[in-house]
Amino acid sequence: MTDLNSCLIAKRNECATRLLALYKQANAGHIGSSLSCLEILVDLCFQRLGKDDMLILSKGHAAGALYTTLDLSGRLLDAKLDTFYKDGTLLAAHPPCSGEIKAIPFGTGSLGHGLSLACGLAFSQRFTGRNFHVYAILSDGDCNEGSTWEAVLFAAHQKLMNLTVIVDLNGIQGIGYTKDVLQLEPITDKWRAFGFAVAVAENGNDFASLALAHDQLRDSAGPRCIIARTVKGNGVSFMQDKVAWHYLPMKDEQYTQALHENSASCS
Amino acid sequence: MRKEFSQWTEQFGRREPRLIFLTGDLGFGALENVQAALGPRFVNMGVCEQNMVSVGAGLAQQGLLPVCYSIAPFAVFRPYEQIRLDIAIHKLPVKIIGNGGGYGYGIMGATHHALEDLAVLSCLPNFNCVVPLCNSDVTGACEFLFQHMGPGYLRLGYGLWPETVGLLPPFDPVRQLVACRLGPPRVTVAGIGPVLLSTLPWTAENGQVDVFAISQLPLPALTPALIESVVASKQLIVVEEHAARGGLGEFLAAALAREGVSFRLHHKHAAGYPNGRYGSQAYHQQQSGLDAMSLQANVSRLVS
Repeated sequence: MTDLNSCLIAKRNECATRLLALYKQANAGHIGSSLSCLEILVDLCFQRLGKDDMLILSKGHAAGALYTTLDLSGRLLDAKLDTFYKDGTLLAAHPPCSGEIKAIPFGTGSLGHGLSLACGLAFSQRFTGRNFHVYAILSDGDCNEGSTWEAVLFAAHQKLMNLTVIVDLNGIQGIGYTKDVLQLEPITDKWRAFGFAVAVAENGNDFASLALAHDQLRDSAGPRCIIARTVKGNGVSFMQDKVAWHYLPMKDEQYTQALHENSASCS
Repeated sequence: MRKEFSQWTEQFGRREPRLIFLTGDLGFGALENVQAALGPRFVNMGVCEQNMVSVGAGLAQQGLLPVCYSIAPFAVFRPYEQIRLDIAIHKLPVKIIGNGGGYGYGIMGATHHALEDLAVLSCLPNFNCVVPLCNSDVTGACEFLFQHMGPGYLRLGYGLWPETVGLLPPFDPVRQLVACRLGPPRVTVAGIGPVLLSTLPWTAENGQVDVFAISQLPLPALTPALIESVVASKQLIVVEEHAARGGLGEFLAAALAREGVSFRLHHKHAAGYPNGRYGSQAYHQQQSGLDAMSLQANVSRLVS
């Protein structure tokens, strides 16, 4: 294992501990969704995002993962993490629309908006001359939305080479498995057919797999899409690949076990 | 108004490099001059209104001034959530341009009419809806719309200013078009958009009616002249090619009530499709009692 990978794993575990505490303190759900995309966010926030690059978490329900990674990477300058879910906070259950947090250019939470917003940011450079990369993290549910596919058409047509989409494909959406609700497969073929350069991170919760996918797309002349095959509730045995952990909050004993499993994986 | 809008946009775009014109694949025969003037800043987004609005939000977040153009129902209703979340709540200066508000697309049918657009947009935070009175009012309306640095909506229609009543007053959100000459007003007429124009020649001639044009929703501060007119007449006729709910009538009634004015409201509004049949804009106006003859009969009854 490389030093970089070890470092990212350590950051990931630190973020996981923080986000588990946040959700426990709030007695709130969306833990499984946050753990699903945590490695994607850590990879972006701790090694990939440049100073001017922008990140849109289209699956805004994973806000806990976003807030913790932004905070630990020094990007959450305008809000206190421990206000999460509390009255008067900027850090609601979904990313805020106030524009007060520079690292969160858009509030999200209604699926199907994030990719279009990211396209707008990426497209703006044609007129402003600025130079930055835009990353958008989408969920299974995002890929149900027609507006997402409008944005996919647009990004490909405009050859937005400063745009990378990462689909956090954990195979679960609101109240069912994606394959039973609205089949997305063969999803790689779909994105490719729409005109994206596509790479698959076969284990989207593994930093090496994510890095390989990013590397494969490095020289793309158009928009990029990484299909990250992830596990909902990754790292917590009783949450993994369970539909219910889209919504459930943790009981005391579950929190203890989740923390224990997380700390065990650190060792 | 579409021609006047495209001419204004062409000129504005030449002097304002931040203007980015997005169209949902509509504007044939009307926007070619804009496309030629703006070059790559004119973008046909395809028939993708939701994406158009959110892309506009992304552009605005980077300091640009996007315009999202389509016919009114497609510009407003399909991407309504995008307008609400990505533009209005984020306070971004994206302008939605809806051509053919009300029954403007006539025989094209209900899919092409926009009878509730002002209701659903004027209730959004930070949103400014502007409705020109007539074709020659468009330039002033556009200047006014773009002075507001937040989100906005321009509802275009068609209507010629009747020169017989004098010069069109410069654009203002509340304007008095006709002032009674024969004692206190017997009736006050207030309207929004070109549907009001048909009332002008005969109310001017009658001499017992005040007529006001409102061109902005949410309603701006009422002028003393309007308040005094309703205080004197106690009879207010509101004329709008829009559904009763959420339109000018409700805004105006509430504003006057807040002023403590006692009056009777006669609300002439779009009735939808009362007989389930379709026709020209004039046909639908007549079905709703918004045609010149029906409006004149209403006013005359109150004056006499």
